[in-house]
Amino acid sequence: MNSIASTWAIVVKDVRSELRTRYALNALLMFVVVSVATILFALRDDEVNPEILSGMFWVVVFFTAMSGLSRIFVSEEERGTTLTLQLVASPSVVYFGKLIFNSGLTLILSSAVTVLYVVVFPAFVIKSPLIFGFTVFLGSLGFASAATIIAAVIAKANTKGTLYPVLSFPILIPLLMTVMKSTARALDGELFTAALGEFQILVSYLLVMIAGSYLLFDYVWKE
Amino acid sequence: MKAVKYLAIILVTFVIIAGIAIPMVSEPQSILEFPIIPGLEDKARNIFFHVPVAWTSVLGFLVALYYGFKYLRTKNLDYDIQSVSAAGLGMMFCLLATVTGSIWAKFNWGSFWNWDPRETSIFILLLIYGAYFSLRSALGSDEVRARLSAVYAILAGLTAPFFIFIMPRIVGGLHPGAKGDTSGSTPVAQLHMPPNMRFVFFASLIGFSLLFIWLLNVRIRAARVEHQLSIKDH
Repeated sequence: MNSIASTWAIVVKDVRSELRTRYALNALLMFVVVSVATILFALRDDEVNPEILSGMFWVVVFFTAMSGLSRIFVSEEERGTTLTLQLVASPSVVYFGKLIFNSGLTLILSSAVTVLYVVVFPAFVIKSPLIFGFTVFLGSLGFASAATIIAAVIAKANTKGTLYPVLSFPILIPLLMTVMKSTARALDGELFTAALGEFQILVSYLLVMIAGSYLLFDYVWKE
Repeated sequence: MKAVKYLAIILVTFVIIAGIAIPMVSEPQSILEFPIIPGLEDKARNIFFHVPVAWTSVLGFLVALYYGFKYLRTKNLDYDIQSVSAAGLGMMFCLLATVTGSIWAKFNWGSFWNWDPRETSIFILLLIYGAYFSLRSALGSDEVRARLSAVYAILAGLTAPFFIFIMPRIVGGLHPGAKGDTSGSTPVAQLHMPPNMRFVFFASLIGFSLLFIWLLNVRIRAARVEHQLSIKDH
């Protein structure tokens, strides 16, 4: 099997085992609903400006991602299937398979947050859909790229749940600052060219993270 | 290492005495007088301590990163001992840089914390050190701990260019060299200092770096002994 086919096989395997229980997807979507509801209770009838909402948008995405994206490696560790996976596939194939799965999951959850925000907050009006679309797409991929390698690290630790956001946050800050800024631009209705600088940062972050993870994954994965 | 130790002691003592004792006058005549910098006055003396300490905290991270990298290459646990010793020292200097900078910010810019890009960067560095040590305490065996903490340090190091080169450009700041600074925005702030201040400043940079090297050496030797003893116990 060539590497593209085997990467795809890993993705299919993960999707299949996810669909069997729907554990991650259900938990993530419920997490999104719960955290948006909490923000709603906190804000009540207050007038909120779009700047705050664009920040809150990524706060929800961050904590939701941190609650679920580590499953991808932790579940292998819990089911005791890590060794089998090490035998049947090369590390880079495993890494890219898991990365694609996590990217898909992050895209689903950030779209869910978008839909909820548009419905629930009257002030959340996306005036430049193009900027918003690019931001959510690149931001989700960036999130997944950093979260996947940290998940692989965390799967070997004793306190998996609490450590995950602690380790991911410093790595994700450049991404978070950038996506918050360009989401605010999208809500302000700025021109597409105004956000080009942010997109350059997002793309370079994505490339740096994937290249770094690809080189380091061997050391994390192999005993 | 003895020479490093004595040189560090001499230089840091010189910086403490010269940095605090040399008077600041409006028209400096001799080499033993600093000019008054408008807006900074006596607070300018902090530059002899705050900047070298911040530099040393970054140096600690770079050294930890370098030895982490070497560990991954050779799987020699001694490199991990050197790496974690450097990280511990770097964290201490990072705390000192945060505190000295925060006090300086209170008296110069009005509040202890302003989220200026450089303040954000030092805060992230502190978070990275904190995460690094929490990860280490959550991992069981020596090999796994050494391997994964080295990987994490390298991953964290990958984000450094975003803080050093990109953030100060897109977010306005208060430190010299930030966006909107009239003297131009550069990653390394331009020095506008008279020669005698510059001399004390560089003496301080070298002195604190040597102090770091000496402390690191002491820590590594202590950690090696501790490691040997723990092997003997089992």
